Amino acid sequence: MQNLFLTIALAPLVGSILAGLFGKQIGRTASHWVTISGVAVSCALSFYVMKLFLIDGMASYNESVYTWLVSDGIKFEVGFLVDKLTAIMLVVVTFVSLMVHIYTIGYMKDDPGYQRFFSYIALFTFSMLMLVMANNFMQLFFGWEAVGLVSYLLIGFWYTRDTAIFANLKAFLVNRVGDFGFLLGIAAVLMYTGSLDYATVFAKIPGLTETTMQIFPGVDWSVITVMGILLFVGAMGKSAQVPLHVWLPDSMEGPTPISALIHAATMVTAGIFMVARMSPIYEFTTTALTFILFIGAVTALFMGFLGLIQNDIKRVVAYSTLSQLGYMTVALGASAYSAAIFHLMTHAFFKALLFLGAGAVIIAMHHEQDMRKMGGLRKYMPITYITSLIGSLALIGFPGFAGFFSKDTIIEAVHLSTTLDHATWVHTFAYYAILAGVFITALYSFRMFFLVFHGKERMDDHTREHLHECSAVVTVPLILLAIPSVVAGYFLGDVVFGDYFGDAIMFSESKNVIGMLGEDYHGIVGFIQHGIMGPAFWLALAGLFTAWFIYMKRPDIADTAKQKLGFLHKLLDNKYYMDDLYIKGFAAGGRLLGKGLWKQGDVNVIDGLMVNGSAAVINWFAGVARVVQTGHLYHYAFAMILGLLGLLSWFILGA
Amino acid sequence: MIPLSNYLIVAAILFSLSIAGIFINRKNIIILLMSIELMLLAVNLNFIAFSHYLGDSAGQVFVFFILTVAAAEAAIGLAILIVLFRKRHSINVDDVSDMKG
Amino acid sequence: MFADLPLLSLVIWLPIFGGLIVLAVGDRDPWGARPVALIISVITFILSIFLYTGFDTTTAAMQFAESASWIEAFNIRYALGVDGISMPLIILTTFIVILVILAGWKVIKFRVSQYMAAFLIMEGLMNGVFASLDAILFYVFWEGMLIPMFLIIGIWGGPNRVYATIKFFLYTFLGSVFMLVALIYLYFQAGSFDILAFHAVKLTMQEQILIFIAFLLAFAVKVPMWPVHTWLPDAHVEAPTGGSVILAAIMLKIGGYGFLRFSLPIAPDASHALDWLMIGLSLIAVVYIGFVALVQQDMKKLIAYSSIAHMGFVTLGFFISFMIFESTGSYSGSALAMEGGIVQMVSHGFISAAMFLCVGVMYDRMHSRLINDYGGAVNSMPIFAAFMVFFAMSNAGLPGTSGFVGEFMVILASFKANFWIAFLAATTLILGAAYTLWMVKRVVFGKITNEKVAEMSDVTGREFFILGTLAVTVLALGVWPDPLVDVLHVTVDNLLQHVAQSKL
Repeated sequence: MQNLFLTIALAPLVGSILAGLFGKQIGRTASHWVTISGVAVSCALSFYVMKLFLIDGMASYNESVYTWLVSDGIKFEVGFLVDKLTAIMLVVVTFVSLMVHIYTIGYMKDDPGYQRFFSYIALFTFSMLMLVMANNFMQLFFGWEAVGLVSYLLIGFWYTRDTAIFANLKAFLVNRVGDFGFLLGIAAVLMYTGSLDYATVFAKIPGLTETTMQIFPGVDWSVITVMGILLFVGAMGKSAQVPLHVWLPDSMEGPTPISALIHAATMVTAGIFMVARMSPIYEFTTTALTFILFIGAVTALFMGFLGLIQNDIKRVVAYSTLSQLGYMTVALGASAYSAAIFHLMTHAFFKALLFLGAGAVIIAMHHEQDMRKMGGLRKYMPITYITSLIGSLALIGFPGFAGFFSKDTIIEAVHLSTTLDHATWVHTFAYYAILAGVFITALYSFRMFFLVFHGKERMDDHTREHLHECSAVVTVPLILLAIPSVVAGYFLGDVVFGDYFGDAIMFSESKNVIGMLGEDYHGIVGFIQHGIMGPAFWLALAGLFTAWFIYMKRPDIADTAKQKLGFLHKLLDNKYYMDDLYIKGFAAGGRLLGKGLWKQGDVNVIDGLMVNGSAAVINWFAGVARVVQTGHLYHYAFAMILGLLGLLSWFILGA
Repeated sequence: MIPLSNYLIVAAILFSLSIAGIFINRKNIIILLMSIELMLLAVNLNFIAFSHYLGDSAGQVFVFFILTVAAAEAAIGLAILIVLFRKRHSINVDDVSDMKG
Repeated sequence: MFADLPLLSLVIWLPIFGGLIVLAVGDRDPWGARPVALIISVITFILSIFLYTGFDTTTAAMQFAESASWIEAFNIRYALGVDGISMPLIILTTFIVILVILAGWKVIKFRVSQYMAAFLIMEGLMNGVFASLDAILFYVFWEGMLIPMFLIIGIWGGPNRVYATIKFFLYTFLGSVFMLVALIYLYFQAGSFDILAFHAVKLTMQEQILIFIAFLLAFAVKVPMWPVHTWLPDAHVEAPTGGSVILAAIMLKIGGYGFLRFSLPIAPDASHALDWLMIGLSLIAVVYIGFVALVQQDMKKLIAYSSIAHMGFVTLGFFISFMIFESTGSYSGSALAMEGGIVQMVSHGFISAAMFLCVGVMYDRMHSRLINDYGGAVNSMPIFAAFMVFFAMSNAGLPGTSGFVGEFMVILASFKANFWIAFLAATTLILGAAYTLWMVKRVVFGKITNEKVAEMSDVTGREFFILGTLAVTVLALGVWPDPLVDVLHVTVDNLLQHVAQSKL
């Protein structure tokens, strides 16, 4: 069993090392073969693991591989915890990764960094697998930072572009802010449970409900709340939640395949996975959950607004990713962990599909990403068109598509949570925020869809002549991803409402919204019927229609609105001025502080005043003392006599 | 019998003269050397007087040593003086202040 | 077979006499000195490996002990021995010296034999510092170490080398005279200069505080701790690459080692009473110096400041245990912190060495250390860029590299003492990444900014070997630190038990 999991994790690593270190020697084709076969092995084995769980009814696996170190009686181990939650992540990660690997052959075919790219994405797959298979916090943190590293490398893949190397530094630093909280959270876990092993920690959490700590003197905090919030700060960084979301739109500087793999389907969902994995902690802290709910709701709604005004095709998808991550976070905050994971899964498929579709468009447009220069691509790229339509419908939650099931479950769960005992204004706010988000999602998704595939052909003639559907390595992954974008939703009953997760996710009785929803759940058809009656469906339709009306029927409305609502547009265009706050505020402030400390503290006070100052004092004293040294012998002799007299008189009179 | 105090007074006078010689003299290094010799002589005189007075011949032995050293010192001092004169064309005490800080 | 040899004497005197031989070989044959020096350093390294393989991890006693009479009048002995704390540092020393000799292989063009000899002699002296069990022997090695370093910076250094050497020398010397006073005082109390006898001496609080401060002055300068750190950036900037490497990789560790060998066990109550000072200075090192590093224009200065910040974790890990005791009522977690500090020392030895060697590689080609003179080095030196990014990441404490292990352990432990200490310490995650990666961004990435960068050739086989060896070590220690931590346990537990007992 252990060998199986080791193979899953290490196969991509082997591919990555071969392609990375020996890429030049083995050549381009061999490089993509070794990495793809590595990931393919992982993918096949992941499905096999799924089969073991679903058909053979295997129990959870939790064992360590080796001891990383032992100190102070605390064992830090590297090991695997594979339960059904892990299994679902394994399948999602390796499947999307495999698709992206194949797609990359087409997308990167002319790039000089071909081998390097394959090495990176295989390394990413390894890191992500280590993250989801971890059975302890140390390894989780390892995977957590390792995916951040690969994300850094890949955003800056085209290292000569100033924007790319700016974006990757920004991404890494913002993620580090999150990791900062995460590490403190881990420290809190270790302090109060004495272990970093999931099973041990989770077993001790119920005993800590009464324990408090003081962060600010005089204010008692429940330690579980402190742990929960600190760990969630890490998730905010990785899963790009407000206010640590700023890196994700900029990360679109990287090549499109990684936008699909890392910045949509897998890495950014690590935070969601983590919180779901930590459900035995979060279930004991309503405060932290409410905090999560609030952050998620803000992200879901306000990041959606930003998607409305973007003209870069990838940025629209990026903001939609932010917004969808907000939905998942909201689900976590409402204790609907399984719904969050389910949305994570469906989102991985349809968002990867949308990104790869956008990538296909970008290839066809010769790396033009501005939607204002596209239009009418439907007839040139039929496969991309159809698959993107499927992806968009799944994204807006059109009944029957994957996104519908997952998103409706979240909305229903949050709705239900507003009626619970611990519900506050945050729950109500979250409910209306994500309802409004549905409209916004439909609006920007189909704005993009119509601008790209319908309407006037706005590209120049040269580009138009070369427009054609992409090769099979691009379209086949699109088709393969389109399938789960439709059908993945039909597992709703089993995954969310059934007993799929078992012990992997914990619900406390008072917050068990999924269980309550499950009582009313009577199969897929009933769910769809129920969904069509709910407000979400109509809001989505309204959004779709509005997009059609504004961007197909009356394009002038958009311009008028832009002029009439100038200040609003400006606010959105500047992304709520958060980038400015960080760059001009924190980054520049940090440099200013550094300069101040260096020039004033080190150079002036320590070196100038203390070091060179003491040298100057000695210098001054020597300057005074040298006057005595006249160089005339008789002066010296005189001093000797005086000294002799002095000593003699001291000797005679004193003694 | 001349009392010990007389010897000591003579020696003290000699010593004081030599000190005065060192201070007052600003012109000639040779006089400086002579003053030093005189100072040593004063000490020698004390040695002998005490030696005789205490009946301990060690003092007289010391005098021989001091005389030898004084002779050597005078030789070296004059040698330095000659070199100095060759270089500076002067044996003026005021001119020799290279050690001024 | 090797266990019977006086291994410690060998790793001390072989390089010292080897250095003299290299001096004797001279520079008449232009390639004579280099291979001799290399062979000697490799043999020393191999000998030091036997220290690890023959090490008994179940006892806290001094191992490979040697003792001979030296100056009987004052009961001074030639006593050597290692425990779990000093043994890894000796191996670190012998390992780094090989790389330093290789790094100076072609770069040093004049007085080659003297250069090589200086490093070999220094290696022996540094090993002597780590292995000494007699305070006077320790002191002799401690001060002796300054001489080769003084010469290395003064002869092969940069344009402002005289200012830097004098600053370096006066700073470190000023600190160590106070240590000598403390050692002599302890001699009168203990009746011998045996360091282990010092540990057992009963001292009043006032005595302890004075002794602690005397040692602090010596060790704080070496570490260096704020505010006596300003010699380090100057010394690094002026030192040749090899000098910087030794300075950062090993000499700084001697300060940390001193705290463990002298301050904590000799003056435990003073350490307890003054732990706020040590923790405060450590946190200043992490945060304040982190900000200062951010704005440096000179790569070597930046790495020097980053060294100070990283050494802050070492001192934090050593002195946090008292605060853990006060806040939780037990010393559980102290060993984690202390071992974390030691791991951080070893790891920083590799990483800072690698960073300085990386700057050296670029300096050899461009003759500039200023960040603004570079830009887009990855275009002309892709392999080098890969190394640089890797080491930058380990400098920023990425898990999977050795840089992470120590910081992780210290932060976890300091949380037990106080939330805000852990909070400030953890800012290194952000600051460390900011100053290191911002430098990488400006130096390595981007478009080629000028012709000189375009003409830079990628790493040679020799440079590849040096950086590759370090990369493998850093990675191995990050993926599996247990072999290192394992040798520390018993010694650290023993030390903590000793420290927990009041001497009053």
